[in-house]
Amino acid sequence: MARIALGRRRTGHRINLVPYLFVAVPLLMFLVWVIGPMFYSFYLSLTSWDGVSPPRFIGLRNYARLLEDPIFFTSLANNLKWLLSFITVPVALGLGLGLVLNRKLPGARLIKAAFYSPYILSLIVVGLIWGWMYHPAGGLINSTLMALGLKSLAKGWLSDARLATWCIIVAALWRQVGYVMILYLAGLQSVDPSLLDAGKVDGCNAWQQFWHIILPLLQPVTVVVVVISIIDSLRAFDLVFVMTRGGPYNSSSVMANFMYIEAFNNYKMGYGAAIATVLFLISAVFIYAYLSRMFANELEY
Amino acid sequence: MLRSNARKFQNGLLYTLVLALTLGWLLPLLAALVTAVRTNDEILARGFWSLPQRVTLGNLAEAWSRGGLARYLPNSFIITLPALAGTLLLSSLAAYALARFRFPGDRLILYTFVAGMMLPFQILLLPVFRLVDALHLYDTYWALIIFHTAFQLGFCTFVLRNYMRTVPGEILEAARIDGCSEWGIYSRIMMPLSLPALAAIATLEFTWIFNDFLWALVLLQRDALKPVTAGLATLQGQYIMDWTVIVAGSLEAALPTVVVFILLQRYFIQGLTLGAVKG
Repeated sequence: MARIALGRRRTGHRINLVPYLFVAVPLLMFLVWVIGPMFYSFYLSLTSWDGVSPPRFIGLRNYARLLEDPIFFTSLANNLKWLLSFITVPVALGLGLGLVLNRKLPGARLIKAAFYSPYILSLIVVGLIWGWMYHPAGGLINSTLMALGLKSLAKGWLSDARLATWCIIVAALWRQVGYVMILYLAGLQSVDPSLLDAGKVDGCNAWQQFWHIILPLLQPVTVVVVVISIIDSLRAFDLVFVMTRGGPYNSSSVMANFMYIEAFNNYKMGYGAAIATVLFLISAVFIYAYLSRMFANELEY
Repeated sequence: MLRSNARKFQNGLLYTLVLALTLGWLLPLLAALVTAVRTNDEILARGFWSLPQRVTLGNLAEAWSRGGLARYLPNSFIITLPALAGTLLLSSLAAYALARFRFPGDRLILYTFVAGMMLPFQILLLPVFRLVDALHLYDTYWALIIFHTAFQLGFCTFVLRNYMRTVPGEILEAARIDGCSEWGIYSRIMMPLSLPALAAIATLEFTWIFNDFLWALVLLQRDALKPVTAGLATLQGQYIMDWTVIVAGSLEAALPTVVVFILLQRYFIQGLTLGAVKG
């Protein structure tokens, strides 16, 4: 509070220009390259545009076409698979690992490093390494199945329309779990050990301690983890691009990938903008939830 | 006694389970390392678990020279380092204003940055592509440098602002009473005090910008300018049947982020938690 009073004293009752000077350039840049483009995409979604001649306004026709496009629904369903996988597996595994590794275990540091090392790799590298894992002939998975005499289970993992999306999601989860584990480990460090001791005195067993003390205390971390996971799952693009290009027969397509292909390969840019807008609207629900939670916390200051 | 033995057994079992899972987690990376030094024909004909007849550095050399990694990797640095410097500098200015002052619109500005950082990239693709084209920056390093600088402002401003709020106001006031200008307080007091946060964000942002693929795909065309992510996608098409070269190239592409991570692991992890848990 004191610093506000100080600011006023110097400038009297006029508005203090200093903060505006500091914020002007970064804000302008963000408006020009991020916020402005977002609104421009909304407009483009109402046009027909091939990228060469000027965009022509056609109202909601792109959206009407979207509702008749089977690839749109495949992509939407696949994004849902991504989303559900992202809010369950990393949360469960990341929390579990966090709880185990939060204790003094021999080699805990190395074990932690093993789990989050995939997170530093680019998604392209992850996609190529896993593309090789899934390779029908020499890949690790089929080679292992063959060596174990389970030849009947070996298959072209990424060329199977029913499996391709799940195979890509496995690669994505491999990269994501360590990240979530780090967030939980940080959260666990702020859990007051005296609370756990109090639980022990009251005769809590390990499960009760976890369920009634640790989990509620970690709730803020869980909220952040879930929001980040949802946003990440809606951003899925690189892995699909590099592992299957959305195939076979668009079976592993996701919204981001569908948008890219329509806009940049088929030159249906207005249509692409409409897909992007739908993707935005889904994200907006979660962005709004995050912001309103942040707003509530800010008021406590 | 019995109870403590049972507990010991339980803990031992849990530890074994975690170790097994850890090994499983490392398996794709180990498999990639092994693949990179074997020959393609052998591995395809006899399976991954066959005993290597021959160990070769040929794949690594092929990916590096003819595969283009020697060209793509420097491009990644040419794009990443200026963007990193730009976004740190500009976001620290905004963060300083948002952390230190209350002014009409401050909340709105903060939420704009936070909301922007969470957008799906697809909503920006076409307009940014168009803007870059209109500014005659299409297919130049500058397109990527400027866009990354601008987009990462959201995350950096948010995290730095949260960090700067924890700096005690008394220090800043004392400086002002000593006749320090606002710019002086920012550059000579706030920035040095924010070094831990800056280091953490820099490490994280380096890997994020370095690992970008989508924007390189959309804003660049010339092979000579491609960063290593887009380069790898090209290499994948070029060596479609030659997986040992693709995997060797992937490992080479990962090297800089691995080095940064090993040297600056502490900051990397701090960056991740600063960005998320404080929210």
